[in-house]
Amino acid sequence: MLVIKDLHASIEGKEILKGVNLTVRPGEVHAIMGPNGSGKSTLSSVLTGNPAYTVTGGSVEFYGKDLLALPPENRSHEGLFLSFQYPVEIPGVSMVNFMRAALNAKRKYFGQEPLSASEFLKLMREKRAIVELDNKLASRSVNEGFSGGEKKRNEIFQMAMLEPRLSILDETDSGLDIDALRIVAGGVNKLKTDNNATIVITHYQRLLDYIKPDFVHVLYKGRIVKTGGPELALELEEKGYDWIKREWD
Amino acid sequence: MSSIKQYTDIFHAYGSAIDAHSAPVLNALRPDALKALENATMPRKGDEDYETTDLNELFAPDYGVNINRVNLTADPAEAFRCDVPNMSTSPYYFFNDVYHHDADTLASRGDGVIVSSLRKAAIEHPELVARHYARIAPLSNPQVALNTLLAQDGIFVYVPRNVVLERTLQLVNIMNVAQPVMAVRRVLVVLEDGAQARMLVCDHTQSRDVQCLSNQVIEISLGEGATFDYYDLEATASSSRRASTLWAQQAAGSNLLIDGITLANGITRNGYHISINGEHAETSLLGMAIASGEQHVDNHTYIGHNVGHCHSNELFKYVLDDRATGAFSGKILVAENAPKVEAYQSNRNVCASPAAKMFTKPQLEIYTDDVKCSHGATVGQLDQDALFYMRTRGIPEHDARTLLMQAFMSDVIDGVRIEALKDRLHHLVEKRFAGALADCGECSGKCLRNKK
Repeated sequence: MLVIKDLHASIEGKEILKGVNLTVRPGEVHAIMGPNGSGKSTLSSVLTGNPAYTVTGGSVEFYGKDLLALPPENRSHEGLFLSFQYPVEIPGVSMVNFMRAALNAKRKYFGQEPLSASEFLKLMREKRAIVELDNKLASRSVNEGFSGGEKKRNEIFQMAMLEPRLSILDETDSGLDIDALRIVAGGVNKLKTDNNATIVITHYQRLLDYIKPDFVHVLYKGRIVKTGGPELALELEEKGYDWIKREWD
Repeated sequence: MSSIKQYTDIFHAYGSAIDAHSAPVLNALRPDALKALENATMPRKGDEDYETTDLNELFAPDYGVNINRVNLTADPAEAFRCDVPNMSTSPYYFFNDVYHHDADTLASRGDGVIVSSLRKAAIEHPELVARHYARIAPLSNPQVALNTLLAQDGIFVYVPRNVVLERTLQLVNIMNVAQPVMAVRRVLVVLEDGAQARMLVCDHTQSRDVQCLSNQVIEISLGEGATFDYYDLEATASSSRRASTLWAQQAAGSNLLIDGITLANGITRNGYHISINGEHAETSLLGMAIASGEQHVDNHTYIGHNVGHCHSNELFKYVLDDRATGAFSGKILVAENAPKVEAYQSNRNVCASPAAKMFTKPQLEIYTDDVKCSHGATVGQLDQDALFYMRTRGIPEHDARTLLMQAFMSDVIDGVRIEALKDRLHHLVEKRFAGALADCGECSGKCLRNKK
């Protein structure tokens, strides 16, 4: 579904990604690990079309389409989702209006009629249950005043609403206590099918106890320098990144 | 040249006709007004508190004045239906500055409430009107003096002691002329001790191609413990010019809410001058402006805390697009020996395009130690992180911007104390940002459609 070839990207003239190659197929879970500043979050930003980053080389195909040519909203319609490391607070925009605008924009993209109010609210109710998101939160402004855990649950709730084909979870475990982590990971697992895929970006092995990866990649200095199975994550947990850094520095 | 002269010339030539179509109480002040104007000049751009709006220029065009009170035969209910759903109001109409005599819905109340043409009230209740007319708005202000010189009519609202008007009064000002006219309107509101009322004023125009000036003076006097809401909604056209100045005086324990909203306009200068003269009085002064094209909106405010233990909260927000300009200058004054005053002022603005300009001048002047006051102003762009976040959820950029601009205005709208009006304003603002309300046509009026 996703084929990244020799992807280069920079921000404010500084090159962060220096030739990333990655292929993701339906049903797979990929973990991307790596030390701070290796380019993990840049990769997710570039894939979702953050205008702050400039792609300087390479290509990304998503179901045969040139992903990099699409504006962020169309990437979403095509089935790409990013769970933000730091979800943005939007005072004054209610979760209901936000989700309705998102869902109906997607329906419009595919030539469908907007959902009726009752259909929409029913869908909200169903999907909220997946991450045990309180009704009170759903009626508030987007992420405003949410705790760290609530924000991450809200991300997975949005993922459930939008039913993406490829989800990128950017440090979804950061700032979560163990109970919240279980709920969030449980939500991700419930949404898992043979037809969708997940890229989990994380520092730690901890999250991978809950979301089992098929592949583990190590991103370092803007390149994927090592790929392995789940055992690689355990090895990194035990030995840290220094041995990889030594190989590449 | 001072733009005042053409109007004093009109007065010299037609003073007796002006008097003849008005009332003695109003006429009695014209000589004073004339005297005040003799050596006065309209403020020019760059004068203190007129940094961005040239009042002299605003009054300079050769506007006609409707001296002989030529009325339009239009039936306002036919010509105009201001539909705020679920909100039943007692409507009153002005065509230009001519009061439209509608069925006097309040006459039968029998509790002493007066809502009528100012001219009629000044004839029927001369002492009452004389006691309040031009008592708060000073003739030393040239705009007030000019209005007092020429005003022949207006609306008078009187609510006696402890009477509560449940129904919102609605005043609809409609400009409908074939040639440039200056409408000279006067609004006088008197609430005695413990009285309560709410008023919604809507400014519209049906003369989108004719430049008109609304010259409006509003005076509000609140007795002890009185509560009054004043909502002022302008949805006019790019040819519209408006110079409005509001003067309010609050006694102890009174509660005043003013919400000034500019949805569509040409050039607008609003002044708000509030004197708090009694302890435990509360004031909310809210305002918002949405301007695009070449629109210009200037709000100047003054809140004087003349005694202690009173509270004011002021919030003005602007969203400016295209080449629109906005200006806000606001002063809060806390007088000597006015302890325990709480006064907060905030002006927040979004410039949505590189050519839009905002000028802001927040001021605090405090002569007492024991007070809590703050003021602040921000000018910025829409939150780029929020914009990107919304787009990753599939919301197209234009829609995301619209949602963010609406959200930015939400706290001003949430200050409205009438639920149905709040809902309506959310809707109107949404439409305005969606581009559906480029002019007043969609606001509430079927005016443009019905005109044909």
